[in-house]
Amino acid sequence: MEYFILLVSAILVNNFVLSRFLGICPFLGVSKSISTAMGMSGAVIFVITIASAVTWALQKFLLEPWHLEKFLQTLAFILVIAALVQLIDIVMKRFAPPLHAALGIYLPLITTNCAVLGVAVINMKDGNGFLKSVLFGFAAAVGFAFALLIFTGLREKIDRADPPRCFKGVAISLVTAGLLSLAFMGFSGLVK
Amino acid sequence: MDSITTSTLCIGGIGLVSAAALAIADKFLTVPEDPRLAKVLELLPGANCGGCGFAGCADYAKAMVLKGVETNLCAPAGSASAKAIAVLLGLDAGRNPERRVALVLCCGDFTEAVRRSKYNGIAECAAAQAVAGGDKGCTYGCLGYASCVRVCPVQAIRLEKGIAQVNKHRCISCGKCVATCPRKLIKLVPYKAEIHVLCSNPEKGPVVKKVCGTGCIGCKMCAKLAPEAITMDGFLAKVDYTKELKNPELIVKCPGKCIRSA
Repeated sequence: MEYFILLVSAILVNNFVLSRFLGICPFLGVSKSISTAMGMSGAVIFVITIASAVTWALQKFLLEPWHLEKFLQTLAFILVIAALVQLIDIVMKRFAPPLHAALGIYLPLITTNCAVLGVAVINMKDGNGFLKSVLFGFAAAVGFAFALLIFTGLREKIDRADPPRCFKGVAISLVTAGLLSLAFMGFSGLVK
Repeated sequence: MDSITTSTLCIGGIGLVSAAALAIADKFLTVPEDPRLAKVLELLPGANCGGCGFAGCADYAKAMVLKGVETNLCAPAGSASAKAIAVLLGLDAGRNPERRVALVLCCGDFTEAVRRSKYNGIAECAAAQAVAGGDKGCTYGCLGYASCVRVCPVQAIRLEKGIAQVNKHRCISCGKCVATCPRKLIKLVPYKAEIHVLCSNPEKGPVVKKVCGTGCIGCKMCAKLAPEAITMDGFLAKVDYTKELKNPELIVKCPGKCIRSA
């Protein structure tokens, strides 16, 4: 039950993009067509899940014993996540070419994304255990994918509509994102 | 140890370990690529228009290198680079197709063609067409909602007075607009051809006249003046592009004003 609440909370209530304000850059940048949004979502889920496992280990076995977690966390996490993603990219290209073809170009884009780092930092702040960290990372990424796909669907429709001239392009996209965030406010109170 | 030393050691260590891991992975796990692939890719235009039938230039280059697909499928690259690729890969260059360009077979702009209703929906030709066959009086002419303009990878099409016009010098004949137009108005014609019948309405003269000032009324004058190159398809004159058409006087003589140079 505890894990279920964690899932619901990370996907809907504290949605990373729409409630926590993280990962806005890919949310706005990669939301022009459903196919690229799918690729991005897959890459984000993959990277965040693995990154939360690795950062947990880093925190537990390196930073905490040496009392460095107070000020070195951000730097160490960025370094490790970036190297890890690069490594995954190389390994994937060799052993899973179809997966690499689908996710390849999105992987480098999110190496030091704030959503990825945000998951790691929130995990440490909440003092989550290993399993909980990984699950929270996965759920947060699914929440991101969820928001991104909804938004992309809306944007594809808006592209074909005929909004007033002053709203065209970025303006109407940002208005849509705001309304979507407002809609997600409806989930607050579902889980404390 | 003080914290400066530990933090330096820690970050330095992480950096060193990850650098070593990446170096090892790069050394032992790189996928060897055919060196010809990069060379072929250089010879392709890189427009990723998909006119060859493959998903972009890289995919087409791969197909040529690995599967020996013909090298002349890329219209934008032209015959010169088709030959260069063929030499590089030891393949047969095949026939050299004549350069073709897209042409919108309609000249009924908003000064000439009648609109029968007001359309306020999605600004997309296919959508307008779906609403009771479009808002234009002529159910064969260009709707002017610029679907072809948006799909063109080289910005060769633009709207002029409410109808699409192709800049033939920029057109790479990828065929995307041809596939997009819901009224099938866009055709690929030889680049060299200069005289065209810019109408697609096959109805009788009076019917055409009612909806458009510049439609083909089926008077057959052009077919009489240039019988070898212009054929009548019912009440619509059509240019046979396999023959040479050398009758510039048709442009002024056409009573429907739809024979034009482009």
